[in-house]
Amino acid sequence: MTAELIQRLSKIVGPRFVSNAAEELYLYSMDPGTMPQAYPDAVALPKTAEEVQQIVRLAGELKVPVVPMGAGLVLSGLTRALKGGIILDMKRMNRIIKVNPLSRYAVVEGGVAQGMLQAYLKKYHPTLKHSMPDAPPIATMAGNMCIHGSGHLSVLGGSHSDMLTGMEVVLPTCEIIRTGSCSVSPDWFGRSPLPDLSGLFLGWAGTTGIVTKLGIKLFPNYAFNDMLIFVCEDADTMPDVIFRLTGVQVAEDMTPWMTPKPDWAKGFLHINIAFGAHSKKELTFKRNLLQASVRHYIDRKTAGFLPLPPTQKNRFLKVPSPDLARFADLRKGGGFEYVGAMMAIEHFPEAYRAGLEIAEKFQVSYSLGARIIGAGHAMMFFFAYAFNRADDEDVRRASEALDATNRAVLDMGGIPWKAERPAQVQIMEKMDPDTFALMTRIRATLDPNHIMNPGNWEK
Amino acid sequence: MKPVVFDPDLCAGCATIDCLMKCQYVDFKDIDDARTEKLNINEGRDSRVLHECLTCYACQEYCPDHNNPFYLLVERQEEKGLLPAPRPILEEQLRMMAPRGRIERKMVSAPVVDMCAFPMLTGCVRGSLFENASTIVGTDIFCNIMWLHFAKNSVIRERVPKAIDNIMAFYLKDANTNELVCFHDECYGTYTSVAKAYGISVPFKPIHLFDYINRRLDVLADRIKPLNQKIAYQRPCSNRLSPETDQTLDEIFKKIGVERVPRKYDRQNALCCGGVPRAQQRDELADELVEKNLTDMLSTGAAYCVFNCPFCMATLGMEVAERGLMPILVSDLVQLALGE
Repeated sequence: MTAELIQRLSKIVGPRFVSNAAEELYLYSMDPGTMPQAYPDAVALPKTAEEVQQIVRLAGELKVPVVPMGAGLVLSGLTRALKGGIILDMKRMNRIIKVNPLSRYAVVEGGVAQGMLQAYLKKYHPTLKHSMPDAPPIATMAGNMCIHGSGHLSVLGGSHSDMLTGMEVVLPTCEIIRTGSCSVSPDWFGRSPLPDLSGLFLGWAGTTGIVTKLGIKLFPNYAFNDMLIFVCEDADTMPDVIFRLTGVQVAEDMTPWMTPKPDWAKGFLHINIAFGAHSKKELTFKRNLLQASVRHYIDRKTAGFLPLPPTQKNRFLKVPSPDLARFADLRKGGGFEYVGAMMAIEHFPEAYRAGLEIAEKFQVSYSLGARIIGAGHAMMFFFAYAFNRADDEDVRRASEALDATNRAVLDMGGIPWKAERPAQVQIMEKMDPDTFALMTRIRATLDPNHIMNPGNWEK
Repeated sequence: MKPVVFDPDLCAGCATIDCLMKCQYVDFKDIDDARTEKLNINEGRDSRVLHECLTCYACQEYCPDHNNPFYLLVERQEEKGLLPAPRPILEEQLRMMAPRGRIERKMVSAPVVDMCAFPMLTGCVRGSLFENASTIVGTDIFCNIMWLHFAKNSVIRERVPKAIDNIMAFYLKDANTNELVCFHDECYGTYTSVAKAYGISVPFKPIHLFDYINRRLDVLADRIKPLNQKIAYQRPCSNRLSPETDQTLDEIFKKIGVERVPRKYDRQNALCCGGVPRAQQRDELADELVEKNLTDMLSTGAAYCVFNCPFCMATLGMEVAERGLMPILVSDLVQLALGE
């Protein structure tokens, strides 16, 4: 079977872009998180949507699973081939197809990396930017979009899936379809006013189709940028603080962080707030609005903004932020994972305390934080645990901490984000049964051969 | 705990109340108003000055009797729990600047230059100006004067003697000198003015950077290439504790051929750089101070904006550069004149 598979894949994408070499299958069997390895039978790198289509047709014929993969950085093992089959590495589909500067959107292929679009915009459209996740720049646009990612413009524009204007998708039954305005018009301006089919592919962990193109919203890239760091001692005040700060609607990004290192930060709750403007005057006006919104706390001396000289702000204005990457290597050995939980902002204090308790119980190195989504409409609260992959005991502790965190998150009304297989099971246990039944029917309709990333979203 | 050296009778007999009447940040209706507020402070009652004070140190310089009005004011702020900055800001700063206990003995020789807690500036100690100099640096020898901005005399009392002990035990005890060159005004102010007022003994001889540079320029006189430039000087708050050194700075500028242009906001009328009010969450005031400083400097036709305080430079440096002036430290300017 494998020999035939490799031979036929080679015919589709060319022999240079297919492999079943042991060392390559090893690399594709895992991601940097804690999930155990799962080996694919083959890896293929298509260049076009038509090649993707042919591979899916072949997989359907041979009843071989297909697992779409961007950069493989999801950390929760969603691109592992749980039932073997083909990993479809999308990195060769890396064309930036067009940028519409007036309507502020870009259309890119499914393998375009965040850093590629960032560099492209910087060079050709310096007045525009897109929302970057705090992931390595090689992380792909499509992968991040499909997991409902978020980034440095998420207060302004919501989660990354809210910034999606349309998609081209190869279905498990081999049709190439489009969602959003591009299904009717040459323009990729948005998903309304049509029935929104994009949702069939967002949050499904690659079980319903393969995204080959997508349109995304772009935003003004300001000439003047600034940031503030709010700090307080009382977690119970954080929901109100977030409510107030987002209420003035000038921030582009807000990221609370709570960490035991450096020593001076332990026990304090911080919020980095980034904002930009077309002029210094406008920038000052926005800063004043943000500060005025929490004057209530400042006047009581219970909270305030760190006095940062301009020269110290630059590191906080870097996009993507290097800080999480620094923490990721805290324990050395290349292990890092986090539970990102989508939840309402009123659960902030509960989530914070749960994170501290779990870190203490399992003796793991932790960093807690969040990214605010929209005008305080939700947050992605993260419980990050660094571990040393070469230390089995360290990995075990981190895995147990993650499992406990997932349970705590669900108990407090949150939902683990980009849930790994065990967390999916926990979510499904909690999910309304009729909703899960609908999910199953939709999936069966789209993927009658059950070839798309099997093992995910299944009881 | 030794009280701050302060003579209430001397203060009561003051005819001018310069400490408050000359204040650039708190307004008084008339001298009687100022006298009332001063009396309130002296006698431990609440005063609006305790709430409105920018903590710029200037009243230390304005007081004709050298009666430590500012140190007393900080004492009263702390007694009453009137924090100029929010509590979490203060607490984080206290932790950031706490002695680490990681100091290690190091052989040093004269001149020993105290870089306080700021290793990023040790690179400034170079060339013929600082020939054969040793530097010492770290939070274990932090001068701790910053707590005057945060109503924390208690921290000064607790940490300054330890810093002094560390300087002696780890560096100067076995060195060939009893002199410590203070790169920052803050350190010199601590080991002279603050120590004296708080009853802290200082076993070494603090040397102000300006005095050190001035002496070195006499030695290096034949190497000086006059810069022939106009400079605007941003006098820092901590120089208010050693105003006599401002004259030394004039001598330095004369020796290297620069003209310290007359500014509205220089000398006794120097204006805060805007850094401290940001910690006090008074950003709009800070913006105003920055703008006043910049407008004032630009109106003089100066080519350089010269700093001696690294915090002032961090606060104003970028703005100054954006507006066309070259920000530079005094020591770097001197090295420029020495062709280095």
